Amino acid sequence: MAGDPEGALVELRGITKRFPGGTLANDAIDLDLRRGEILALLGENGAGKSTLMGVLYGLLRPDAGEIRLRGEPVRFRSPRDAIRHGLGMVHQHFMLVPTFTVAENFVLGRPSPRWPLLEDRRAVAARIAGLARRHGLAVDPDARVDRLSVGQQQRVEILKALYRGAEILILDEPTAVLTPQEADELLAVLRGLAAAGRSVVFISHKLDEVLRVADRVAVLRDGRLVATLPAGSTSAPELGRLMVGREVRPSAAARSGERGEPRLVLESVAAADDRGVAALRGVDLRVHAGDIVGLAGVDGNGQRELEEVVAGLRPVLEGRVLLAGRDATAAPVRERLAAGLGYVPSDRHGRALLRDASLADNLVLERVGRSPFSRAGLLDRAAIARHARRLVAAFGVRPAAVDSPAGRLSGGNAQKLVLARALSRDPSVLLVCQPTRGVDLGAVERLHAEILRRLDAGAAILLISTELSEVMALADRILVLYEGRIAGERAGTAATAEELGPLMGGRRAEPARAA
Amino acid sequence: MSGFDPSLAAGLALGLLAAGVRLAVPTLLAALGEIVTERAGVLNLGLEGVMLAGALAGFVATGAAEHAPALAGAGLAPWLGLGAGALAGSAMGLVMAALSVWLRADQVVAGIMLVALGQGITTYVYREVYGSLTARVVPLAPVTLPRLPGVPAQDPATWLALLLVGAVWLLLFRTGWGLAVRAAGEHPAAADTAGIDVARTRCAAVLLGSALAGLGGAVLTVAQLGLFREGVTAGRGWIAVALVIFARWRPGRALAGALLFGCATALQFRLQALDLPWLPYEALLALPYLLTLLALLRARGGDQAPAALGTPYAKG
Amino acid sequence: MIRALVAPLAGAAVGLLIGAAIIAASGTDPLVAYRGLVEGALGGPRQLTETALKATPLLTVGLGLTVAFRCRIWNIGAEGQYLAGALAGTTVGLLGQASLPAWALVPLMLAAGLAGGAAWAGLAAWLRLRFGVSEIIATIMLNFVAADAVSYLTRGPLREPGSYLPQTARLEGPARLPTLPGTRLHLGVLLAVVLVPAVHVLLWRTVRGFRLRAIGAAPGVAAAAGMDVAAGIAFALLCSGALAGLAGVVEVSAVQGRLKDGAAADYGFAAILVALLGRLHPAGVLVAAFLFAVLTIGAQAMHSALGLPVALSQVLQVGVILVALVADALARRRTAAG
Repeated sequence: MAGDPEGALVELRGITKRFPGGTLANDAIDLDLRRGEILALLGENGAGKSTLMGVLYGLLRPDAGEIRLRGEPVRFRSPRDAIRHGLGMVHQHFMLVPTFTVAENFVLGRPSPRWPLLEDRRAVAARIAGLARRHGLAVDPDARVDRLSVGQQQRVEILKALYRGAEILILDEPTAVLTPQEADELLAVLRGLAAAGRSVVFISHKLDEVLRVADRVAVLRDGRLVATLPAGSTSAPELGRLMVGREVRPSAAARSGERGEPRLVLESVAAADDRGVAALRGVDLRVHAGDIVGLAGVDGNGQRELEEVVAGLRPVLEGRVLLAGRDATAAPVRERLAAGLGYVPSDRHGRALLRDASLADNLVLERVGRSPFSRAGLLDRAAIARHARRLVAAFGVRPAAVDSPAGRLSGGNAQKLVLARALSRDPSVLLVCQPTRGVDLGAVERLHAEILRRLDAGAAILLISTELSEVMALADRILVLYEGRIAGERAGTAATAEELGPLMGGRRAEPARAA
Repeated sequence: MSGFDPSLAAGLALGLLAAGVRLAVPTLLAALGEIVTERAGVLNLGLEGVMLAGALAGFVATGAAEHAPALAGAGLAPWLGLGAGALAGSAMGLVMAALSVWLRADQVVAGIMLVALGQGITTYVYREVYGSLTARVVPLAPVTLPRLPGVPAQDPATWLALLLVGAVWLLLFRTGWGLAVRAAGEHPAAADTAGIDVARTRCAAVLLGSALAGLGGAVLTVAQLGLFREGVTAGRGWIAVALVIFARWRPGRALAGALLFGCATALQFRLQALDLPWLPYEALLALPYLLTLLALLRARGGDQAPAALGTPYAKG
Repeated sequence: MIRALVAPLAGAAVGLLIGAAIIAASGTDPLVAYRGLVEGALGGPRQLTETALKATPLLTVGLGLTVAFRCRIWNIGAEGQYLAGALAGTTVGLLGQASLPAWALVPLMLAAGLAGGAAWAGLAAWLRLRFGVSEIIATIMLNFVAADAVSYLTRGPLREPGSYLPQTARLEGPARLPTLPGTRLHLGVLLAVVLVPAVHVLLWRTVRGFRLRAIGAAPGVAAAAGMDVAAGIAFALLCSGALAGLAGVVEVSAVQGRLKDGAAADYGFAAILVALLGRLHPAGVLVAAFLFAVLTIGAQAMHSALGLPVALSQVLQVGVILVALVADALARRRTAAG
């Protein structure tokens, strides 16, 4: 049992943070972090975990409360202050400049002995290599960051924090971008760090991981700290209940699906990414009516390109795409939507919704040229508003003011809006991508239920998600995407993380031991 | 053509090159400045206005200095003018920085404003100071490089510009500040968490970039033409913006592009002098602009732009 | 929409204050100067007419630019498109004025103006869509080319026979736009005014406008919703080019009487400022165009009466814009989340 109960290393007292727009992200939170312990900060999306750590790290200024470090009150005006006091943070979205090398990312913002010139590259490389060896995190100092895998980039981030002398390491959802096996490796590294006397705060919404590695668990719900327990004395159901405030029901029951004709077919599809590098290689895929196919995999293995190929936003270099039996390979998005495709993009703000446009406008984005929303080129605003009110009520989007801008909606409500739009056309093929990213658990249940309801209506659904639990819960068949290829296929009911993990990581190795 | 004389051709080519280098300098300096600015993530479309401001400030300062016997005697007048041009450029840059970094206004709109500002103020001030008289100053005299006798003589501003190409390269790619600038333009959030003040870095980049552009304008009026008129820059600022894209945000390529452009302009002058009947004078005037379009056809450099270019950065 | 009018008026107020400071600094009483400005621009029917005539091309081009800018297509080439339209219209007018009646010739000329401007903008659209060339640079480069082309034509093929001046022959009779009897207010003024609600309807009440605004807000979202982004970009450029061309032929036919080298000198760029000052709302653009015209005409009056420099109007115009831009940015900062 790690952690020195006397004289906590970090004390947070009464931390309160309110965002413009009224959201109370942190409500008078008291929390301690002990030396040499791994503390997990658990909560669902929107519970306030990242905000709290943002306050601790100097990214955000709290409205009230104080922070004490080693007994002394501190006030961090920026991450620079926090870094100087021995804090290090590894963000969910890496703070690495993609076009720089690992070494350049390390020396960014650091004083150089050869000022104003940069430090000698070889000296930096040697220092990084030494540090890497010491902590068991292998990195190549001269590699360009955008050529590294996500797991490697994360290692660079951790090393960077340690390089700057971090004694307290904060990790924000670190396993979200890793395969199960890479996650195991990371957890082992964290245990090593704790054993060496460092303290780790680990933000997560994954109960099983938290139980595996944390010494203590702090549960946040709706901005408030609801419990702090030793990990050994609690269980997943109890934590789930604390996180959500009620019983957590797993999504999806068994379905007696009638499998119909193939509605979406990809034949040997090859496509390139934005830089011209091959992103999809010979992908074969079939989704039948009444079937839900889940595409699992770690982000960055071609999901985005596959999504765009199916939607019609990315050209296919080889192969064919068949929609409702017809060759749609060269068809523009408009035609595919007309042929019965419903599209829920993974990028909510870059592809799905116009932030400054009203809910009503967003809901007719795809169909504005048709009646009843327009006649002879002129918009029928009354019809648009009616349509919006109906959908907003049916899907429980809050706040329900159809004229307010969509940018004000929370993640869950925005996603409901996007799904409502896609489903309102009665699609025969539904392409759903990352439907519950950044969405609170209550909305997740609702979204999953709506998706499954389409299944009963006979739609063919392709679900692309990096959230493995979601794919496992919903899909009839699970395909794993790795480096642009289908690495394997499993029936949904029989699949386990032990089987899928290696496929996601490109290995066919033995499942790693849980420590 | 009977009797093609290779040494004559070489002489003509060398002459063209020498003229081309000289003609390229104002645009080159503006492009260098814009590379620094855009590398930091700020799109400054106001270069035309900045160059005009530098052109006028330099001209006025040189004219004033020529009347001060101590300065004029030491030949310092043009150098004072160049310095004034750079300063005027930074002043314009300050406006741009305030609009785009501090106020986070749309950078395209701010840039257009800056051009209008530059044009408006320079027109007003020039008419106020000189009325309808055509004022002139003495341009800089060419200087030879003593150790390289084969190299044609160029005015000192040209040598300065070539030096600055190397200096900007060094600054961007070999110093800590350059690293910070590039980080601010590629991934400002990462720069922020590394402890870099993104706003301050961007402001500094804008000021430096505008100073170089102002210097370019001053070189045009002070070192080369010896006079100022409304619209003297004739689109060089805009061409510089295009040149940055063509150069893929690298100083070395900017030099190559500017040289290409300068030699084409030199060629244009020679063709004008030949007064060919089938080639209208105005077509030659349009040549630089058509060339710019041609250069951009192949550029397709958009994907190599700094990732955060044109996007204001707001903390937290 | 009300908010759209606040910015230009607020900008005007502050800009005029700054102008007053400059005028005072040069030794004249600002109140006297501004009285001269107002009288010169609005003092009587003749002055009002001048102001309306000055505002018309600014408004016409500005409305076209509003359409383009709402799509985030930065058409800086209004000058070149204006010239192209003027050229096309003038040519048609010169060819037809001897043989065609006004009711046939005028629409033809206007159509030629629209077509000429649209075609010149279409070049930029082609460069943008086919080669990825930024429309900002393309349209600006084409400005210079257009000016050079006009220069060449007015000194050569289209030059008035027997004259040494770089200008075309005079447009006469049927080739001149009809005016309101007893005034100098010509058809172009009416067209410009009618365009204000027309552009408003286009942008906010039609499917086309809905799509344009969506593309301007987030092209990725528009594409994913099935919209044809390329067609939208093309429309934005062609529409703004056409209106700029219309302004060109109207000015030549109704005001200038012939196409001269150096025409359009500042209309194109000033119209950009007008569109921005009007916050890209047709009603705001109307106010802004009027304001700019007042400043220009008034400055001329101040010049002849008090000897104040004509270029002062330019400084005032830029000052007004800057203030409006700053005010707008500040307002947005306050409403946006931190």
